[in-house]
Amino acid sequence: MARQGLFGSSLVKKYWMALTGFFLITFLVVHAGVNAMIFWNDGGVTFNMVAHFFGTNIIIRTMEIVLFLGLIAHVVDGLMLWRQNRAARPVKYAMEKGSASRSWYSASMGILGTLILLFLIVHLWHFWVKSRGIVGSLDELPLDPEGQENLFALMVRTFENPIVVVIYVLGCVSLFWHLLHGFKSAFQSLGLNHKRYNPIIAAFGVAFSIIVPTLFALMPVSMYFGWIQ
Amino acid sequence: MGNMKLTLKIWRQNGPNDQGKIVDYPVSDVSEDMSFLEMLDVLNDDLVRKGEDPIAFDHDCREGICGMCSLFINGEPHGPGRGITTCQLHMRMFKDGDTIHVEPWRSAAFPVIKDLATNRSALDRIQAAGGFVSVNTSGNLVDGNALPIPKDDADTAFDAATCIGCGACVATCPNGSAMLFTAAKVSQLSLLPQGKPERKRRALAMVEQMDKEGFGNCSNTGACEVECPKGISISHIARLHREYLVATVTKE
Repeated sequence: MARQGLFGSSLVKKYWMALTGFFLITFLVVHAGVNAMIFWNDGGVTFNMVAHFFGTNIIIRTMEIVLFLGLIAHVVDGLMLWRQNRAARPVKYAMEKGSASRSWYSASMGILGTLILLFLIVHLWHFWVKSRGIVGSLDELPLDPEGQENLFALMVRTFENPIVVVIYVLGCVSLFWHLLHGFKSAFQSLGLNHKRYNPIIAAFGVAFSIIVPTLFALMPVSMYFGWIQ
Repeated sequence: MGNMKLTLKIWRQNGPNDQGKIVDYPVSDVSEDMSFLEMLDVLNDDLVRKGEDPIAFDHDCREGICGMCSLFINGEPHGPGRGITTCQLHMRMFKDGDTIHVEPWRSAAFPVIKDLATNRSALDRIQAAGGFVSVNTSGNLVDGNALPIPKDDADTAFDAATCIGCGACVATCPNGSAMLFTAAKVSQLSLLPQGKPERKRRALAMVEQMDKEGFGNCSNTGACEVECPKGISISHIARLHREYLVATVTKE
């Protein structure tokens, strides 16, 4: 079976994987940046102000659609690659020493991605569905004295549940491993491999993979323990 | 003769359509100075004397340059050790009493012919699809040395050209991808002036053939460059990514 063209060939699938991956990474930066406003620890005043701006900005609202398309493309592309890769090795080795030559997470991007996707479904249900007033959930959304949606109060309420906090931390751990391989892998897939810049890409990738998921994980944790009120 | 005793767990498969299974073979009198293939010769000699079917395995030059020997030994292509083929793997890498697993390369594109011998002609077809230069050989050849080539480019092209096409990259890749092989064959030509005129057509044709053969996709795990007996770098895979990207977006 020939796989050709802008969507078919094995390499083009990897280009899409890398491009959508980079796009999702830029979203992580924006999302982490906005949500880090809770760390002002001013009862959510700054955070709600920024969240309201982003929630009502036409450019951000448009990008939200692009973001969903990017995420779907990343998932669908990943599933196609996963299916072809499985078919390429129909008989497994009775004994395989994968640890001798590769990291476990670089060969587990599919399962890590699935864990992140499962987390995202929970996460979207907790916040996105409610903040968009979908399917009668509007009455669940707390409002501030000025009648605007109070996402900070929603966060505080959501993270009162220790099970939710654990799910969020596990989601961040999956994201850490996914990024640890995905960040530098995206550069390689686009052919961006250069002796001089490889160490910089690798170091930046590790730093990014640690900083962003840690920042995200700190949010539910610090709310649960009451460090942020 | 030596004094090592080993237990071999070897994949036996009587033809491409046979189910196949792992069979245990005890071997004794193994010398640590034997190569892995010589140890298998001893075992086969023993099997023939007993009137049993000897184990089929690929081999040819036995000095690490032909790419014919294969074998997935204890979970790694060409066994433990780096930068060597199975014929260069010596029994001193093992201990007396060890159990050694021996399996053929596992890939949809490498069907088993018999036992440990697989058909790796899929790699030949990738090469034939574009791994050449259309040089005029009718008697008016230009002296190759008359073309100035930067030393770094010549070295990198030579590094890629050391690929012996054994298929260890495919065997070790969790996706059964032939990207390291294909990338090496594209790199060795596209870096040199003789290969540059056909670089777009070459990248497109060789990748198309690679996909047709049913190899998997590259996940950048980097396992191939670790297990490659010639130490070929995955930077060549990045070069193929660039070559193919340019060729795809600029082809007419």
